[in-house]
Amino acid sequence: MKITEQEVKYVADLANLQLSAEETSRMAHDLDGILSHIDKLNELDVTGVEPMAQVLYDAGETDTLREDVIEPSLDNQAALANAPLSGAGQFKVPKIIER
Amino acid sequence: MDIAKLTIAGIQEGLRTRQFSAAELTEEALAFARGENPKTNAYLTFSEERARQSAAAVDEKLSRGETPGALAGVPIAVKDVIVTKGLRTTCGSRMLEHFIPPYDATAVQRLEAAGGVILGKANCDEFAMGSSNENSAYGPVRNPVALDRVPGGSSGGSAAVVAQGTAVVSLGSDTGGSIRQPASFCGVVGVTPTYGRVSRYGLVAFASSLDHIGPFARNVEDAAVLLQTIAGRDPKDATSAFAPVADYRESLGKDVRGLRVGLPKEYFAHLDSESGDQIHKGVELLKRQGCEIVDISLPHTDYAVACYYIICTAEASANLARYDGVRYTKRSAQAKTLQDMYRMTRGEGFGAECKRRIMLGTYVLSSGYYDAYYLKAQKVRSLIARDFQQAFTQVDALVTPVSPFPAFKLGEKLDDPIQMYLSDIYTITGDLAGIPCMSVPCGSTAEGLPVGLQILTRHFDESGMFRLASAFEQAGGFTL
Repeated sequence: MKITEQEVKYVADLANLQLSAEETSRMAHDLDGILSHIDKLNELDVTGVEPMAQVLYDAGETDTLREDVIEPSLDNQAALANAPLSGAGQFKVPKIIER
Repeated sequence: MDIAKLTIAGIQEGLRTRQFSAAELTEEALAFARGENPKTNAYLTFSEERARQSAAAVDEKLSRGETPGALAGVPIAVKDVIVTKGLRTTCGSRMLEHFIPPYDATAVQRLEAAGGVILGKANCDEFAMGSSNENSAYGPVRNPVALDRVPGGSSGGSAAVVAQGTAVVSLGSDTGGSIRQPASFCGVVGVTPTYGRVSRYGLVAFASSLDHIGPFARNVEDAAVLLQTIAGRDPKDATSAFAPVADYRESLGKDVRGLRVGLPKEYFAHLDSESGDQIHKGVELLKRQGCEIVDISLPHTDYAVACYYIICTAEASANLARYDGVRYTKRSAQAKTLQDMYRMTRGEGFGAECKRRIMLGTYVLSSGYYDAYYLKAQKVRSLIARDFQQAFTQVDALVTPVSPFPAFKLGEKLDDPIQMYLSDIYTITGDLAGIPCMSVPCGSTAEGLPVGLQILTRHFDESGMFRLASAFEQAGGFTL
């Protein structure tokens, strides 16, 4: 086994993802299969190979910067329009600090 | 006019000679699309009002004697992972069932500015994750060529509407083959341009170092015209390229004598025999057109799927973190605490494949595993990109199959994620290297299932790719 149900629960916690008991056991099975396939990469020696962190970049370092001029952006109402809960121009969430 | 067989050039001619107005064409296209859609479930949302407004604007320009734009009156579908202002954009997910974007993607803006008429939003795998369109929360798309089969994925709806004739062209997105594989399954043209060639502003992010927007069409010229319209630098996407956009129409109808075309041997392993026969016929045809066929090797091909599923899931786990119950419409009704709101909203909102990828991505990035997985995958990605660089010192283009097999039956691979992932074995490499690649029809199997031929060229050499595709089309390659 590459991954146990215990590890699946730990990773689900990191990902803020609720999984049912059934999903957890299925996930352990699926990830195990995928991780076993991924092991194939260990056949390769990558000593001295640079990681490809940038796909393509065809311009000078500062070419994507613009003048610091204020441009219109989404107004408050538009930005909140898809919020499940909002009020007083803010996103509302469950209380996180007890008085 | 046969509404299901229109081309961009045919529409321009029809408008110019007053055979029909943009408004008339749009009404007919909408009625046809609505009528046919129950067969395939390819459209998720229709945008009648918006389409009528676009058509009216085209007719007004025409009546004033102005040039109406390269896509004037052209009925278009847009994959539902590309945002449209005021028009529901679900990403095929329950998470965004009621999401109404506050802005338009740059690609959408550009095609509407060119007179394009958006009929609606095309179904897709949830957050573009899948190879069969069976991961959509709104039901699978059926392949118009064979209704018991999948259209491919993730841009299954975008491919199906073009094959079915319920749109003339469409926009899709490609991260590991999501344009080319469905194009091949449905028998249409699908283009994944160079990384950065088309702005991703407004493309809902899946894996940012791999995501592309690209066109679907029924012929090479329409695909070239659509790409021409949406390509080019966009200040709103810092990864969009500055390189000037060539006139792709100039590469059409040219001869290909003396062009060196590479056949990478690794792409002919795992290949189903009927698909292989078709591809070999396609290669023979190119040879008869005067191409010089060169056997080459891309030695790291077999590592692409493993490399891809580390990088794309790592990036996806970060990109999908934003769906937390705060900003994007869905919030679990059960949650009392903030932590539960995050966990339960995501548990309820995401489907099985999204959860699998978020989990794998979180795992490979988690403490202690970064070097073994993510960093290693990025190094292997360099090796795969280098394979292509070396190949392009010997040849002008590469030709391969798009998929190891033609469209499979609905449900056939649903329970086996690895089998599903391996169906992208020939398309993933192009995305990892960031090079332009496309699928063109290359006849069909005895059962009538379309086979696709993939053409890959150097970074920013879309012109070379279209030149070869166009010569192949004109020599009868599509119906081999």
